[in-house]
Amino acid sequence: MNKKLFFTGWLLFVFCMVSGQEYFPVNDGVKSINTNYTLFKNATLHPSPGKTISSGSLLIKDGKIVSAGKSVNAPKNAVVIDLEGKHIYPSFVETYSSFGVKIPERSFGGRSPQYEATRAGYYWNDHVRAETNALNEFEYDNKAAKALVEAGFGTVSTHMADGLARGNGILVALNSDGNTAERLLDTRSAQFFSFEKSNLSQQSYPSSIMGSTALIRQMFEDADWYEAGNIDTRDLSLEALNANMDLPQIFYGDGLYDDLRIASLSQETGVPFIIVGGGDEYKRIDEIKATGAQYIIPVNFQDAYDVEDPYQASFVSLSQMLEWNQEPTNPAKLQEAGLTFAITTNDLKSPDMLFPMLRKAFKYGLEEETALAALTTIPAQLLGKSEELGTLNQNAWANFLITSGPIFDKETILYENWVQGAQNIIKDASVIDIDGSYTLTTGGKSYDLTISKSTEKPSVTAKDGETKLGSKIAYTDGWLNITFTGDADKKEYTRIIAQASNTTPWNGKAILPDGSESTFSISKKASTEEEEEKEEDKEEITPEVMPLTYPNVAYGYDEQPQAETILFKNATVWTNEEDGILEETDVLVKNGKIDKIGKDLSAGGAKVIDATGKHLTSGIVDEHSHIAAFSINESGQNSSAEVRMRDAVNPDDLDIYRDLAGGVTTIQLLHGSANPIGGQSAVMKLKWGSSIDEMVLENTKFIKFALGENVKQSNWGSYSRFPQTRMGVQQMFTDYFQRAKEYEAKKNSGEPYRTDYEMETLMDVLNEERHITSHSYVQSEINMLMKVADSFDFNVNTFTHILEGYKVADKMAEHGVAGSTFSDWWAYKYEVNDAIPYNAAIMWSQGVLTGINSDDAEMSRRLNQEAAKTMKYGGVPEEEAWKFVTLNPAKMLHIDDRTGSIKVGKDADLVLWSTYPMSVSAVAEKTLVEGAVYFDIEKDKELKEKVEAKKNKLTTMMLSAKNKGLKTQPAKKEEKQRLDCDTLETLY
Amino acid sequence: MKTIKKLYLLLFFAVFTLQAQQTPAPVQKGDITLTGGVAHIGNGEVIENSLIFITDGKIVGVYDATTTKRPLKGEIIKIDGQHVYPGFIAPDTTLGLVEISAVRATEDQDEIGEYNPHIEAIIAYNAESKVVESMRPNGVLIAQTVPQGGTISGESSVVQLDAWNWEDAAIKRGDGIHLNWPSSFRRGRWWMGEDAGYSPDKNYASEITQIKDFIGQSKAYEAGDSSIKNLPFAAMQGVLDGSQNLYVHVDSEKEILDVLKFKEDMSIEKLVLVGAYRAYKIADAIAKAEVPVILARVHSLPEAEDDDYNISFKMAKTLVDAGVKVALGNSGEYWQARNIPFYAGQTTAHGLSFEDALQLITKNSAEILGLGDQLGTLESGKDATLFVSTGNALEMKGNNLTHAFINGRSISLESHQTELWKRYMEKYDRTE
Repeated sequence: MNKKLFFTGWLLFVFCMVSGQEYFPVNDGVKSINTNYTLFKNATLHPSPGKTISSGSLLIKDGKIVSAGKSVNAPKNAVVIDLEGKHIYPSFVETYSSFGVKIPERSFGGRSPQYEATRAGYYWNDHVRAETNALNEFEYDNKAAKALVEAGFGTVSTHMADGLARGNGILVALNSDGNTAERLLDTRSAQFFSFEKSNLSQQSYPSSIMGSTALIRQMFEDADWYEAGNIDTRDLSLEALNANMDLPQIFYGDGLYDDLRIASLSQETGVPFIIVGGGDEYKRIDEIKATGAQYIIPVNFQDAYDVEDPYQASFVSLSQMLEWNQEPTNPAKLQEAGLTFAITTNDLKSPDMLFPMLRKAFKYGLEEETALAALTTIPAQLLGKSEELGTLNQNAWANFLITSGPIFDKETILYENWVQGAQNIIKDASVIDIDGSYTLTTGGKSYDLTISKSTEKPSVTAKDGETKLGSKIAYTDGWLNITFTGDADKKEYTRIIAQASNTTPWNGKAILPDGSESTFSISKKASTEEEEEKEEDKEEITPEVMPLTYPNVAYGYDEQPQAETILFKNATVWTNEEDGILEETDVLVKNGKIDKIGKDLSAGGAKVIDATGKHLTSGIVDEHSHIAAFSINESGQNSSAEVRMRDAVNPDDLDIYRDLAGGVTTIQLLHGSANPIGGQSAVMKLKWGSSIDEMVLENTKFIKFALGENVKQSNWGSYSRFPQTRMGVQQMFTDYFQRAKEYEAKKNSGEPYRTDYEMETLMDVLNEERHITSHSYVQSEINMLMKVADSFDFNVNTFTHILEGYKVADKMAEHGVAGSTFSDWWAYKYEVNDAIPYNAAIMWSQGVLTGINSDDAEMSRRLNQEAAKTMKYGGVPEEEAWKFVTLNPAKMLHIDDRTGSIKVGKDADLVLWSTYPMSVSAVAEKTLVEGAVYFDIEKDKELKEKVEAKKNKLTTMMLSAKNKGLKTQPAKKEEKQRLDCDTLETLY
Repeated sequence: MKTIKKLYLLLFFAVFTLQAQQTPAPVQKGDITLTGGVAHIGNGEVIENSLIFITDGKIVGVYDATTTKRPLKGEIIKIDGQHVYPGFIAPDTTLGLVEISAVRATEDQDEIGEYNPHIEAIIAYNAESKVVESMRPNGVLIAQTVPQGGTISGESSVVQLDAWNWEDAAIKRGDGIHLNWPSSFRRGRWWMGEDAGYSPDKNYASEITQIKDFIGQSKAYEAGDSSIKNLPFAAMQGVLDGSQNLYVHVDSEKEILDVLKFKEDMSIEKLVLVGAYRAYKIADAIAKAEVPVILARVHSLPEAEDDDYNISFKMAKTLVDAGVKVALGNSGEYWQARNIPFYAGQTTAHGLSFEDALQLITKNSAEILGLGDQLGTLESGKDATLFVSTGNALEMKGNNLTHAFINGRSISLESHQTELWKRYMEKYDRTE
C-alpha cells in the first residue's frame, strides 16, 4: 500500500525528538536536541467518551500531551498541523494479550503420569508459575504491533499465557519506531491467572476444573502462610505472587461458568479478580451482574453455520444456533447490567475484525460511548493508568487517533494512530478516492470504466459497449495506470497513464496496441442510485434475536418454573411412610411443600390435576450420578479431598431434563473413582433452568472415597502411583486420617497453622460432619474401610456399587453403613466377577439401608425399573423396592427430613406416573421439585415443537446470511463426553 | 420385621433350589405337555388357557384348552395361570466373545484389519461363559454373536444358550456378514489438535467407493476359476448369492439412504440395517425397500442434544407403524443382553401393546436372522425353544421363570449368580 506521507517534512523530525536520549553519546553527527512542540488544530477532539470539543487543538511534546482543548496556547516553536474536518480520539488500550510473548509448546512425554513437580525452589505444583515475568520472554513483534496499531491500539498489556498463576505482565506502547527503552511503560502491569495448566510441565495435578479451582484456593492460603514467615525454605513462586498483589489481578476464564467460578474465588480469597470473560455472559446476566466484578470481554462473534445441506445441518444443535444468534447481544447485556467492562481483541482472528464486530454489537444495542470507554478509559482504569492512557489529558501519553469522522461510523477512515508522539499512517489522507464510473475516450473510441477500492486495493472493469475487456489498474503516488485489451481474447494492449485529481476530466498519454502514442480523456459519470442501493444490500441485516430460555438450550423454559398450589385428585399414593400405599387419595401441594394428604380435599385456589388411575410417588433420588458436570475426576493425586464438585457443576446439561423425565428430582453429583480419596460431592435438586446456587444443597456434605481396581490403576497400565494394591489403599487411608487428626490437634492448640483444605475436609469426615460415600466392590476392601473407620471412631456413611456387599451384609449392618448398589451390573471388570443381581435383596434382608443408584446418565432416568428388578432378583416386596430409589437414598444423603416420602411438611418433590411406577410401561407425566413443575409430558411436546420451530427460524436466518455473502462456518456437532466413575479426565 | 423379610426370601427361592444344574440339559426323551398356561404365541396372538405338546425337541401342537380336548402325553407340566413364551432372541451381541471387558485376555471380539468377512465369531464363542448362563433365567435362550471392528467385521452366528461347545451351540453358523458403514460426519481428532466434536468427513464418498470396490472384486473373484484362493473374497459369496444376510451398521439419515441405494446398486438380496438411529425419519423409504431393521439398545440416551428424551423408547413403534420389520438389538453388548425382555417392555410405554412388543424379540428377530421357519413363535413344527414365567416376562416384576426348554431339552435356570445368592443366604441363616 502506498504510504504517501501527507505531513512530509516533520515526520523525521518527530522521530528524532522521541529517540534522542540525553545521556547517550553520539558518534554519527552532532547532538541535536529537539525541544519543539507539535500542534494539531481545528480538529474535533474526543478527550473521553461522551465528551467532544469542536475546533479544538492538541499540543504534544516529547511523546506526551501538553494540552488539549478549545483554546490552546501554542508556543512559538510549534509545528502546526491543520486537521480541519478531522477527529482526534485517544488510542485504544488492549488489556488482555500475549503480544510478543511466545506461549511455550506443549510437551508430551512418557506414558506414565508425572505426579511430582520438576522444579525446586518454587511452589509444589509446576502449573503455579507466579514468578514468571513476561519481560524476560518479551520480544517486540512488529507484525502484530502493526495489526494492533491499524486497529487503533496504542498500548498493550501483555503476559505469558501459560499456567494457573502466570506471573506479571508488562505494559508496552506500540511504538514501532521506538525501542524498548521508550516503549516499555510498565514492567509490572498486572498479575495473571487462569484455570489452564502450563505447557511446560506434565505434572498431573490438576487434571480437572475443580482441581484447578482448589489449587488456586490453596495457593492463596499458602502464600499468606509464606508471607507470615512460616516456611523455612524459599518458594520463588509464592514470593512473586505476594509481591505482585499490589497489581491488578486478571483472571482468564473461558466462559460464563468460569466467570462465576472466578467470582466465587474472589469471595473466598478476598482478591478482587478482573475477569476475562468468554462472551456468553448474556445467558445468565443476572448471575453475572451479581458478581459485581469487572470484566474484560471478547467480541469474537461467530459466523453463521453453513446449513445449506440439510443432512449436515441436522448435526447442529439448537444451542449452537442460539449462540450464533444471541452472542452479539453480549456487550449490550453487560452494558444494560451496568457492569464495568473492557473489550479485548485477544481471541479475534486478527485485530482488524474489531470494528466489524463492534458495528455488529451496536446493532444489538451496544452504545458507541460504552464501546469507546471499553477500549480507552476502562482498560486504563483496570490497569491503574487512567492518568496516562486512554485519554487526551495533560501529561498522558500522546497516543491518539486521527479519523475522518466519528470513530465507529462505517464511512469513517482511520488515518493515523500516533503512539508516544510518533506518527503511524494507516491510510494516507492525501490519496484521492477515485472510486466510480467513468467514460474513457481514446483513439476515437469510448469505453466504460468502473474503478473500485482505489485507496486500498484498486480494481477496474473496462467495457466496450456490452463487451467486457481484460483490464488492469495500478494507482500509486497519485498516478493512475490502466492497461486494457481490445477485447477479452485479444492480446492487444492499450495503456494509459495520467495523474488523478479531485475533478475530471483527467487527460494523459495513451499507448495504443501498435505502439503509437496518443492522448485520452477520462470523465466521471454521474453516480446512479442503483449502485448505491446495491452497496446497501450487502450490509448485514440484523436478525431477530431469539429470546433466552431457562436454561438457554433445547427444552429450556420461557419462564423459570415457580412453585404452584396443586391438588392431585384420586391418585394411588405411595407414601413411603407407615400409611403405605393409599388408594384414591388426594395430595395438596402448597408453597413448595406437601400441605395435605387425604380423601376429598378441597381445592381452594389450587390447580386440580385428575390423577385417577395414576400413581403419585415422591421423587427419585439418585445417590450416584455424574450428570450435570464439566469434569468428574481429579486424577492428578491419590487424594483430592480438597476438590469440590460444586466447582464443576454444569446446570445446562440436557441430562438434567432427561432425568426429570424419568422422575428423578435429586442427585448426588459424585466425584469419580480415580483416587482412594476423591472429592466433595454436590447434592442437587434438579431445578432445570435455575442457577447452580439454587440447585446445590449447600449443607449436605459428602465426599467420595474409592477402593479397588480404579484406585490402584489396574486397568490403565500405570505403575508409578501409590497405592498399587488393596494393601496400599488401607495404609493410605490410615495415613491421611492420622494426619487429619494431628492437623486438628494443632488447629485446636491455638498455635498458628497452615490452612490445608485437604486436611480440613478429612477433619470434617473424622468428626462426621462430612460423610463418606465409598466406591467399593469386593468384600475384603469393604471390610477394610469399615475397620479403618472404626479405628478412627467414625462411621462410613454409604458404600456405593458395593457389589459384594451381600457377602458382608452382616458386618455392614453392624457398622451401620448403607449400601447403594446397581440392580444387575456385572462382568465389566474383574472385581465384579462375583457381582450378583440379588445383592440388594440380600443386603436389605440383613438390615442394611439399601438403595439402587445409576452411575450412568441413561440408567438414571429408569431407576423406577431398576428398583423393580429387586423384586425379580430376590423378591423384595414392592414398597421396600420403591424405597430403594426414593426414601433410602434420601436417608443415605441425610435429606430424608425434606424429601424421599410423601409426608405433610416435606418438600413437594413428586412424580405423577401414568401407571404402576415400577412397570416398564410407566411414564412420568409430571415431575415436581419443591412444588414447581419441572417436567410435564404435555409441555414436553410443546417444547419439542419449539425446538423445531426455533431451529427452523434460525436456519432461515443463517441461509439468508449466507445469501448475503457473509462468511459461514461448516456444520459441526458438539461432542458430549459422557462421564462416569471411571472417566479420568475430561478430554477436551 | 427381619423374620418376615427372611420368610419372604426363603419362599421365593424355594422355587429355585429344586434344580441346580448348569450342565447342558440332555436331549428330550419322552413327550412333554404343558397345560393351563397363558400362551403368548409371538405373532400377536394369546391363548389364555393353552395346551402345548412337545415331542422330539419340536412343538407338535398348540391348542386352546377351552375349545380343544386332546389326550395329554408324556410328562405333564401344569402351569395354570403362568405364561408361556417363545425363547427370547438377542441379536447383535458379543455373547461368548467377551467375559470381562476390562481384562484383555478375556476378549475375542475385535480382529485387526479393515475387511475381515472371513473372520468367524462362532469359533471363539465360549459356550461355558458365566455371562451366557446368566441369560437363561430371564428367558433369553438364543443370541446372535457378532464380531466387532473394522469396515467389515466378519461373520456372525446364531447360537442357543445351553451348549457344551460352539458346535452344538450353533443354530445357524454364519448367518451373515457385518459391515460398518462409514459416517459422513466424523469426530475430530482432538489429540491431533483438531476441534473435538463432529464435522463433515471429506472422505465419506471415497470410503463408500472402497466398499463397493470390495464387493465388485468379490464378484469378479467368483466368476474366475478361484484356483488361487482369496479368503476375504471367498467369504463374501454368501452375501452375493443371497444365502447370507449383509448386516449394515449405520445410523444417520443420509447414510441409511446411501445404504438403500447401495443395496440396489450392488444387487444385495438380503440386507439388514443395524442400529439405524435416524431410521424413523425415513421409515417409509425403508419399508418400501423391504429392508428389516435391528435397532440399537432401547435403553440408550438420545444421540443429539435436541432429540426427544424418549427417542430410543419410541423408535420401534414408529418403524412398526410404517410397516418396517423391526427387531430389538443389543448394540454389540454382552452381559446386558439379558435385559432384552425389558427393552421390549420399554416400548410399551410408548404405544406398542405387549404382544406387539413381544414380536420384536421373538418372531421378527427369528425371521430377520433367517430362522423364521424354526424359531420365534409357539407354533406347531417349530423348535421347542420356549419358557414359562409366573408373570408378564416383559416386566421386571413378572419375569420369573419356572421352566425353560431349548429344543425340548429342559434346561437349568441356575447360574453362578443364583448359586452365590443361595450360598450367602445360607450363611446368614446359620448366623441367625
